[in-house]
Amino acid sequence: MTSPAWQRRRTAARDLWREFRTNRGGLVGLCVLAAIVVLAVLAPLITDESGLDVISATGTPLQPPSGEYWLGTDVDGRSVLLLTFWGARVSLLVGFAATVLSVFIGTLVGIVAAHFQGWPSAVLLRVTDFFLVLPSLVLAIALSSVLTKGVWTIVLAIGVTSWPSTARLVRAQTLTIESRPYIERAKALGGGHAHLIGKHVLPAVLPLVLANTTLVVGSSIIAESTLSFLGLGDPTSVSWGSMLQTALSSGAVTAGAWWYLLPPGLAIVVIVLSFTLVGRALETVLNPRLKAGR
Amino acid sequence: MTTSTTGGPPAADLDERRAGTSTSRFVAGKVGGALASLVFVVVLGFLLFRMIPGDPVATMTRDRPTSPEQLARLRERLGVDEPLWRQFLDYALGLLRGDLGTSYLYNRPVATMIGERLWPTILLVGTATVLAVALGMWLGVRAAWKRDSTFDRVHTGVALTLWSVPQFWLGLLLLIATQGLFPSRGMRSPDLPEGFLAETLDVAWHLTLPCLTLLAVIYAQYMLVMRSSLLEEMGSEYLTTARAKGLRDDLVRRRHAVPNALLPAVTLVFLQFGMVVSGTVTVEAVFSWPGLGLLTYDALRGPDLPLLQGVFVVLAGSVIVMNLLAELLYRVLDPRVRAA
Repeated sequence: MTSPAWQRRRTAARDLWREFRTNRGGLVGLCVLAAIVVLAVLAPLITDESGLDVISATGTPLQPPSGEYWLGTDVDGRSVLLLTFWGARVSLLVGFAATVLSVFIGTLVGIVAAHFQGWPSAVLLRVTDFFLVLPSLVLAIALSSVLTKGVWTIVLAIGVTSWPSTARLVRAQTLTIESRPYIERAKALGGGHAHLIGKHVLPAVLPLVLANTTLVVGSSIIAESTLSFLGLGDPTSVSWGSMLQTALSSGAVTAGAWWYLLPPGLAIVVIVLSFTLVGRALETVLNPRLKAGR
Repeated sequence: MTTSTTGGPPAADLDERRAGTSTSRFVAGKVGGALASLVFVVVLGFLLFRMIPGDPVATMTRDRPTSPEQLARLRERLGVDEPLWRQFLDYALGLLRGDLGTSYLYNRPVATMIGERLWPTILLVGTATVLAVALGMWLGVRAAWKRDSTFDRVHTGVALTLWSVPQFWLGLLLLIATQGLFPSRGMRSPDLPEGFLAETLDVAWHLTLPCLTLLAVIYAQYMLVMRSSLLEEMGSEYLTTARAKGLRDDLVRRRHAVPNALLPAVTLVFLQFGMVVSGTVTVEAVFSWPGLGLLTYDALRGPDLPLLQGVFVVLAGSVIVMNLLAELLYRVLDPRVRAA
């Protein structure tokens, strides 16, 4: 743990933040995300969980927005505001967990495919290309239909189907890093695979992975809502996708209950757009090729 | 692959012959890769729907009461009591004959059901793709040419926002916003008027909303790619030359910049096919459009594993074929790749 290296990294992080701040879209996205995460974490403290229970629902079904229910009620007479509030927890949980899984697999496959030559790398590349081409939603649907329904099934289904783009990115970046002279120097000094990857490749690849991660969270949240909408989600918890599914299957949409439809959908759009803005801003800061064009 | 040039005239010069060899090697490599992928899809279909569930019969009947006799009959029909290698062999040989098994919910051959549902999906996906490509490219060119103008900012913003929208939600919104203007489900009216024109208009009327929904989400990708692709060309010196010749701005764009920038967008049409296919599942579910997506949605209710397996193999297989076409097309279209 040499201190100059850490000092250098701290300076780099500060520079990154300074440049990130100049990107207005990214900054707005970051603030919105922070607010949503804080609210979602504090949901049990701010609101009353019993309002989610179908049996103890107090309102009349499909009531338009009023002073008592700001966003109206759903088919069971529950407050749509409360449902949307709690839905954020499932969406964020699945979004983050699936992203961690997906980025982990992607980074591992990418680095291994680039670092080791010969047939293991060829096979990994072939497999990556295969999964890249395959429609990931169709595969995720297949996986979650054969496994037991639940939040973690969804996480698994999204995580193991969305890693190929990360793997491609990491592989390309690893290849450029490994062609540089300092890697050759480390090799000449007797550095093993673990040393090369851990000390040199990984730190250089991680910034790009970070930018990619924020984009993956956004698409994971959309994938979660899509799977829940198709009825593959956890039947016991409320998520934005399952709210929209109920809205369609119960006939609330044909009845014109816009207050039931707008909040969960807008919530998805806002959260995914925020992640996209932050991810693009990070990419602009971290990717020298994009920066030169500005 | 060196044998492929032996038929060529001996007078052909060396360069040409070498190019011929590399082309056939390239094609053979790509086709071989696609074939390997197809085999992988077949194996994956078996793994997913036969091996992961452990007992497919228990998975399919988990939500409904079933008598022991029904269970036994189902077990026998699916052949789940046979050894795994035997099941795989039956399944793979069946695929070669075009036999995808029998649906559990509908008690009909899966291949027939997929065949019936194929055309509505092709109609929907085809119309939406053609419109999305045209709209996306036109907007992308306009946005890039007048970079950082209001037009550029507004349309990039709109495209990014639509990119973040779940397709099914957009469909639901359109349904609620146009209350009754367009039919909310199906592809044809029950009281079908006679005549070709009337039928076509009827289908088009039903097609409007699902097509708009699909279009809104996929055009963004084409626009953003076209925009960045054209932006990369903008600094090129041949454009300065073209301007120096005194060409009008319009002609510089149409004859010089756009053709060079067109390539990534054209291949994207094929590469995005997988995403479009995924999109149809939810859009067809919302509008009850009688295609493969709705078939998947209905099969999920069982879950009807033989039907899901069939749809999975067909969708994944067609995406791989489209991708192969894209890679071959890229080589035909781009002389730079051909020479490399």
